[in-house]
Amino acid sequence: MGAINFSNALGIHDDALQLRSRRAEVLANNLANADTPGFKARDFDFKSILAEEASKQSSSGLSMTTTHEGHMAIGTSGADSELKYRFQTQPSIDGNTVDAQTEQAEFARNSLDYNATFEFLNGKFKGMRNAIRGE
Amino acid sequence: MSLSSVLNIAGSGMAAQSIRLNTTASNIANAESASSSVDETYRARKPWFSVMEKEMMAPSRDSNGMMMVDEAMGAGVKVDGIIEKDAPLQARFQPDHPMANDDGYVYYPNVNVVEEMTDMMSSSRSYQMNVEVLKTAKQMLQRTLTLGQ
Repeated sequence: MGAINFSNALGIHDDALQLRSRRAEVLANNLANADTPGFKARDFDFKSILAEEASKQSSSGLSMTTTHEGHMAIGTSGADSELKYRFQTQPSIDGNTVDAQTEQAEFARNSLDYNATFEFLNGKFKGMRNAIRGE
Repeated sequence: MSLSSVLNIAGSGMAAQSIRLNTTASNIANAESASSSVDETYRARKPWFSVMEKEMMAPSRDSNGMMMVDEAMGAGVKVDGIIEKDAPLQARFQPDHPMANDDGYVYYPNVNVVEEMTDMMSSSRSYQMNVEVLKTAKQMLQRTLTLGQ
C-alpha cells in the first residue's frame, strides 16, 4: 500500500483493452479471409476462459509461479487453446465458414467494448491525476 | 501491437480483393477475344486465395507464462497465384471470320460473363468490408493515443 501503484489503480481495464485489441485482430482476419476456400472462422471463447480463470481464483494459493520462460501454466493445452472455431450457420461449397454479417456485427461490438474499456481506463488516469494535483 | 496488425490484415484483404477485381476486369474485357487455335485462346483467370500464416518465431509469453495467441492465428490473406479455368472453349463455326481456321472454326474464351459480374459484386463488397475494418481500427488507434489527456 501507500504510493499510487499503476497495476492496482488500473484494475482489469488495461488487460481488457489488450484483449479487445487482440480480438479485433482475430475478427479482422476472419473478414479478410471471407473469400478464402477452406478457411474456418475463429474467435475467443470468453465463457471457457472466464470459467478457467474463476477456477484459478477459487483455488488461489495452488497456482504456480513461473520463473523461467520455458515454464507453462497449468491447464493450457497449447498456443491456441483460447481460440475456438465458430459454429457454421450456412454451409458453403468451398468449405469457408466465415459469415461476413456475423463477423461484422462482432467486430462492431468489439470496437464498442474497446471504447467502453478505454473510457474506464481514461477515468482511472483522470482520477489519479486529480489525486496528484490535490484539487 | 494488435491494432496495427489489424491495419495490415485489412490491407492484405484489400490487396487480395483488388487482384480479384483485376482478373475479373481482364476476363470481361477479353470475353470476345477470338482466336484461330485452341492454344492461343484466352482463358478465364481466377486468383487463388489462402491464409497468410504468421512466421513462427520463438513463442512469446505473457506475464502468467501463457503462450501468446499471436502465433495461433493468421495474419491476413494472400494470393497464391492466378489459375486459368479449364472449362471448354467455345468453338463457333464462322467461316467468314478473319480469324477462322482451315475448318472454318473460331475459338472464343471460356469466360462466363454472368459469373464474372457476380464475382465483381462479391469482390467489391468484400473490399468495402475490409475498408470498414480499416476505418474502425484507425479510429480505435487514434482514440488510444488520447489516453490520459
